[in-house]
Amino acid sequence: MTPTRPRLAVFKLASCDGCQLTLLDCEAELLTLSQHIEIAYFPEASSRKLEGPYDLALVEGSVCTAADQVRIQELRAASRHLVTIGACATAGGIQALRNFGNSAHWPALVYPSPEYLDTLPQSTPIADHVAVDFELRGCPVDKTQLLEVINAFLNQRAPSVPNHSVCIDCKRAGRVCVMVAKGTPCLGPVTHTGCGAICPGFDRGCYGCFGPKAPPTSSLVRPLAALGQPADATRRLYRSFNAWAPDFRRESEALEDE
Amino acid sequence: MSTRRIEVNSIARLEGEGSLKVRIEDGMLRTVQLNIFEPPRLFEALLRGRHFQEVPDITARICGICPIAYQMSSVLALESALGVDVAPELHDLRRLIYCGEWIESHVLHIAMLHLPDFFGVPDGLSLAEAHPEIVQNALRLKAAGNQLLRVLGGREIHPVNVCVGGFYKVPPRSAFDPLRDELAWGLDTARELLTFASSLDFPVFTNDWELLALQPATEYPFNGGPLATSTGLHFSVEEYDQHLMEFQVPHSTALHSRRRTAENAAPLQLGPLARLRLNHDRLTPQARQAADAAGVRPDENNPFRSLLARAVEVVFACEEALRILDDYRMPKVPRATVTPRTGEGFGASEAPRGTCHHHYGVDENGLITSARIVPPTAVNQTAIESDLHRYLSQNLDADDETLRHGCERVIRNYDPCISCSVHFLELDIQRG
Repeated sequence: MTPTRPRLAVFKLASCDGCQLTLLDCEAELLTLSQHIEIAYFPEASSRKLEGPYDLALVEGSVCTAADQVRIQELRAASRHLVTIGACATAGGIQALRNFGNSAHWPALVYPSPEYLDTLPQSTPIADHVAVDFELRGCPVDKTQLLEVINAFLNQRAPSVPNHSVCIDCKRAGRVCVMVAKGTPCLGPVTHTGCGAICPGFDRGCYGCFGPKAPPTSSLVRPLAALGQPADATRRLYRSFNAWAPDFRRESEALEDE
Repeated sequence: MSTRRIEVNSIARLEGEGSLKVRIEDGMLRTVQLNIFEPPRLFEALLRGRHFQEVPDITARICGICPIAYQMSSVLALESALGVDVAPELHDLRRLIYCGEWIESHVLHIAMLHLPDFFGVPDGLSLAEAHPEIVQNALRLKAAGNQLLRVLGGREIHPVNVCVGGFYKVPPRSAFDPLRDELAWGLDTARELLTFASSLDFPVFTNDWELLALQPATEYPFNGGPLATSTGLHFSVEEYDQHLMEFQVPHSTALHSRRRTAENAAPLQLGPLARLRLNHDRLTPQARQAADAAGVRPDENNPFRSLLARAVEVVFACEEALRILDDYRMPKVPRATVTPRTGEGFGASEAPRGTCHHHYGVDENGLITSARIVPPTAVNQTAIESDLHRYLSQNLDADDETLRHGCERVIRNYDPCISCSVHFLELDIQRG
């Protein structure tokens, strides 16, 4: 342990806390990690809150309020590297379903006095507001990928996070394809790797929680229609935790026009 | 007039974001406001028009710490709306996955978030320097809970295997083999953690709020009711709205709850102390014996001692998980057949922090027409504010720093999950 350990900060905007919990879920690695980095700001885990500047800021959550629009600017100014963790911070999250219009009445469906709320009409990813050094995908992020990203920034190298599709992971695992063998709609061919292809492993289709793989592959709309899946079900499949990610958004909006 | 204000702008070691504002005028406590400023994510609105089978995947995202609670309450409510009966062996598997969540969430709170208060350190990692064995064992115990979630749910945060009707896939008995020894170790370790915790110096403090929890016929509660209160009220999950109502206050994005019939009734308190009071006789044998040995009574009324109730429930969850694993035969079908129909249903389960109540409407195509979700922390807000009121009234002479620290402890007693309460926390003490 040296006095010059790099300083880590973990921030949260609109989110479920699951991605920062992934850091606390590094049970075996957590004590080791804390010997190499100084956890300077991580309110969910510590009441010791140190002021910036920070060497690495991990940001969970999307921007949904005017206050958070300001906070994210302050945070960027205080951080040497800024990494978004998870679908909310990287793509706007499930709460970005409001972005597709016809949602002005939503607050009144939940709150008797919606006028008390301070909320923006859209839920947007961090990169819409400030420069982001790396975007880690997933709802939630994967522990191994998260540790790799922290390790990379500590060692001043680029993170090595693969960007093939979930479909490839499934093939490598030698699983029978749920779409081919059972006709189960599956976003595996267009979804970014990271989860370990768990859904097909549990006899269900991938629902895209790691968002679109980059670069995007061809559309799944026609193959899904050929399976007999109605257009509105395909639209909903694209429209979940990464609905506002441009590649998924394009697909679901095209289906809306049909 | 002199005014003293105490503020805590973002309270640490909570899941989610909140703040507290306290105003003291001429030595009198005037206002205590627990502010939850977690941005509203509007789940009840965005669920409308979704297919019922998408609901457990979506509601999981309300909370990364207790996704199973949201998945279970929603599948129970939807099964009620759709007229689905779930086989007893699947009911047991649902208890098993819930054991994983209680172990993971309770041990996180006990060791990493709550215990540091009792040792005057800022976090679990600092506690690990003074008590390495306690923290290392706790992290391993928490990992055992997570391992259970992985085997049965696919992953620990936002598991993928829970669906309306049961599970997508049920594991063979052999999948659980690596878990048995770890849970047996966990049962012993949980008992040691309880013994260690029972020797802590708990502040002298009591409350007498109305405790509410599920109270099933024979089992310690996870899934399904009926509900019971410490004042002797018994009602079904379907009758929830006849007894409880939600209301909004300007300083919180989480709706508050109260008893419908009694405007001035005591606040409602949910969570481990309420469960223990109403279900002590339903504890598994070793958990009950461990509670007795540690001096944890069914009528505990010191919210600081909720830490002990959580530790008792970790013993219970390890013991119950082992029982279910011992009896486990792979079910012939992973889920009941579900046919869409128009309907309305209610469901409730015991999240680590208290009863989580859901209510949905479904149309003939199986699409959601209405959704209402009452998270436990939202209900606990009034009890937390009332505890703060009592704590501050008893300690007005203390300096601001002591009060600020004391208030944070009072809040942490409830293991509040502010992301869950859909709606977070700031301490602002004003005094004169």
